[in-house]
Amino acid sequence: MTPPAVSLVVLAPTLIVVGTGLLVLLLDLLPPRGGDRAHLSTVALLGLVASLFTTLLLWGGRGRAFRDMIVLDNYALFFHIVIGYAAALIVLLSMDYLRRLGAESAEVYALVLFSTAGMLLLASAGDLIVVFLAIELMSLSLYVLAGLFKLRREAGEASMKYFLLGVFASAFLLYGIALLYGAAGSTNLDRVAAAVAARPRDPLLVAGLGLVMVGFGFKIASVPFHMWAPDVYEGAPTSITALIATGSKAAVFAALLRLGAAALRQQPDWTLLLWVMAALTMTVGNVVAIAQSSLKRMLAYSSVAHVGYMLVGVVAGGPTGVAAVLFYLLAYTFTTVGTFGVLTLCERAGEEAVAVRDYAGLGRRHPALAFTLSLFLLSLVGIPPLAGFVGKFYLFGAAVQAGHLWLAVIGVLNSAVAAYYYLRVIVYMYMREPEAAAAGLRPSLAGGLALAIALVGIVLLGVVPAPFVDLAQAAVAPLVR
Amino acid sequence: MRPGLLTALTLLPAAGGLVLALAPRERGPLLRGGALAVSVLTLALAAALYAGFDPGRADYQFVERVAWVPSLGIAWHVGIDGISLLLVLLTAFLTPIALASAWQAVADRTKEFVVTLLVLETGMLGVFVSLDLFLFFVFWEAMLIPMYLVIGVWGGANRIYAAIKFVLYTMAGSALMLVAILALYYQHGQATGTFTFDLPTITRWVVPPGSGQNLLFLAFALAFAIKVPVVPFHTWLPDAHVEAPTAGSVILAGVLLKMGTYGFLRFCLPLFPDASLTFAPLVLALAVVGIVYGAWVSTVQADLKKLVAYSSVSHLGFVMLGIFALNPQGLVGGLLQMVNHGLSTGALFLMVGMIYERRHTRLIADFGGLWQPMPAFSALFLLVALSSLGLPGLNGFVGEFLILLGAFQVHRGLAVVAATGIIFAAVYLLWMYQRVAFGPVTHEENRRLTDLDLREWAVLAPIVLFIVWIGVYPAPFTRPAEATIEALIAQVQAKAGVAALR
Repeated sequence: MTPPAVSLVVLAPTLIVVGTGLLVLLLDLLPPRGGDRAHLSTVALLGLVASLFTTLLLWGGRGRAFRDMIVLDNYALFFHIVIGYAAALIVLLSMDYLRRLGAESAEVYALVLFSTAGMLLLASAGDLIVVFLAIELMSLSLYVLAGLFKLRREAGEASMKYFLLGVFASAFLLYGIALLYGAAGSTNLDRVAAAVAARPRDPLLVAGLGLVMVGFGFKIASVPFHMWAPDVYEGAPTSITALIATGSKAAVFAALLRLGAAALRQQPDWTLLLWVMAALTMTVGNVVAIAQSSLKRMLAYSSVAHVGYMLVGVVAGGPTGVAAVLFYLLAYTFTTVGTFGVLTLCERAGEEAVAVRDYAGLGRRHPALAFTLSLFLLSLVGIPPLAGFVGKFYLFGAAVQAGHLWLAVIGVLNSAVAAYYYLRVIVYMYMREPEAAAAGLRPSLAGGLALAIALVGIVLLGVVPAPFVDLAQAAVAPLVR
Repeated sequence: MRPGLLTALTLLPAAGGLVLALAPRERGPLLRGGALAVSVLTLALAAALYAGFDPGRADYQFVERVAWVPSLGIAWHVGIDGISLLLVLLTAFLTPIALASAWQAVADRTKEFVVTLLVLETGMLGVFVSLDLFLFFVFWEAMLIPMYLVIGVWGGANRIYAAIKFVLYTMAGSALMLVAILALYYQHGQATGTFTFDLPTITRWVVPPGSGQNLLFLAFALAFAIKVPVVPFHTWLPDAHVEAPTAGSVILAGVLLKMGTYGFLRFCLPLFPDASLTFAPLVLALAVVGIVYGAWVSTVQADLKKLVAYSSVSHLGFVMLGIFALNPQGLVGGLLQMVNHGLSTGALFLMVGMIYERRHTRLIADFGGLWQPMPAFSALFLLVALSSLGLPGLNGFVGEFLILLGAFQVHRGLAVVAATGIIFAAVYLLWMYQRVAFGPVTHEENRRLTDLDLREWAVLAPIVLFIVWIGVYPAPFTRPAEATIEALIAQVQAKAGVAALR
């Protein structure tokens, strides 16, 4: 028996990120140059850029490795792009932010890279075992990162809560995987999907899929599994919050859609379940966000709502629905990283500025920053010509096409509700006078660069969406045959 | 394809705004002058549009079409017909006036103000020239934010409440329109095999009559009715008008409200003719309720700006009455009345703003005998008030007369009730005028008020010119629209399958 031929090219983007993570840890052992760790973040950034570059080189390629456990196709590569951008921007944002707050260390960047590697792996997982391993790699790194500010009580709460609920969800996921394996006789996603298609009413398969969905639901923070999100978002360092809100969600959506597009298609019961989940997630997220006075908590609930919008695309299904989710993920990633990015640049009396009140009068004191944040918020509302608008248009269009008219109606009405709390921030920035100790700007070149990239991203996606729509459609092609 | 006149016209204000955004903020005169120059140049392009417009043709002119998102059937498709021509002219005409009116009133954050107003102009022009449903919706939504900022940043004491109310009302309305646009897109695509948001293409297709068409109509109509506003969706309007700065009120009354009525003309009638006929009685009734209710509420207002705001509800009721009379007189009258209302109400807001700048009050009770210190102002104010109440020889009369003529053929009783709106208009406007301008000077501080200065003359003179011109010789303004409106009526008749519209 010959050992299977292993093509490492299939894993190249992930391997580069893992390698960079190890390199960062090694470099940390070298004698520090005057305690300066700036070179570590630069290495991490270069690694992510290299991985992104490799991804672009691989575009259009197809391959499988490790007995079909790893799949390389445009679908995986699309997610590699989304995750790679998110991670690179987050490293840029973290540089000055973490140094300012005294939390910079080699471990931070190594953990960001490892968790990114987990996300990339998840996007190209072709087997439930890899799905589980990738989710664990991603999550374990994030649990630690969430508690980075060791001395803050909220950080401890965030890390602990995230860990406990996260492993709880992982247990569900694993149990579900076990049941699916028992019923389908394989952990390969295609075979599981084939088994589900052949025996949609098999109780083992139904239970297995249900438990897997619970696990995924926790990770993307969809209602009713969203309770951890606000506390974790609030306690985690803001740049890490951005990673949790974007990269990790994108990765889990990758697995959910890969499984879902194959297994859940044309199964009315599952559609109904997801329909209810989408409607609840949108509505609960938006309604609760209205009542928040902390910007970070507000964004946490708003990101719950955005998951709801994306679930609308999952419900719609088919090439259009999945492509719409992919496009929305790209738009959402740029917008969300940008929004949290602005937060990393602001502080009030030496503390992070997280209350909406802290931003009163920002338009007068820092017009450029206020304008930038306004554009990100307007993209989250879905005001044209920004990325969020095209994303919603595409998503709700897919829902209408699939005949889910009422879900689209719930979605657009939710967008109108959301306008209230996003615009409230703009009210504070432009229409109210600053209070005594208002948020000040801590300029950062790296942070500014990250914001500029994100800003260009949302404007580009909004004004010239055509190439990105084509990209999303090309990414879906290998999935929906 | 070479960008043409219409694209240049639409994008010029925003482009100018972006350039001005780079200018230093201390240079107030430069910013104001630059913005004025951009808007006047836009007006010149609009005039060129009028000059090159062929009034004999009913189809779209100056059409430009460039694929935008080909895979979804979205294009940058612009063009104008007789209906949109007038509204483009109105927009391009009122924006420089609004900018000039804010010359002194907006001293705080001048740069942001002029940039916002210019971006707003692009949004408004875009709404009127779009021939692609996606493009239309983009402009329709994008225009909300600058208006929100104009009210919320430069408005009065209660501005934040008014600004948020304005946005939420409009967004809630347009949310359902978005779903309707998408549903229309897929229905058309599935029926014809062409998935496109192209308005002329979709208009050539007949939406199957029945409950589906009715729902689509209602979704579009709700968005437009909130914008017009049709009673009972009008409650955002008094707040927004009263809190907005003068320039904002002028734009709001002059152009934004017309987007609603324009939407009915451009989308509801040609796309959903059966539903339009089904719901016409309801719309007509609401229009008449608006006419009478707006007039009554205006009568009892103590605040000048609120009075003018409620009078808009009444006047826009007339426009709706004319449109849903669905005959040539009514439609032409309704279209002309849109322009008239923009001019007259715009001028009223400007003049209320002028005395507010002098006295910092808008209460009617704080004035009296203004004719003595400000004769020129009072004379013009009288002229504008008379135009607003529809005195023959001025612009308001022509529009209202045509509307009532059209409405009379459809429903005699409604027309009679609507006509009382003209009488009530005379009551609230003349009574208000009497309390403000006639009699002895009741407040000492009013004695020293200065009359109109050169800038204020320059702001008002063009409007007054057109008020008289349309009143005496309306043909140049109605002629370009006649062919379009006849074609529109023919289209509705053909699609709805009725020989003659009642």
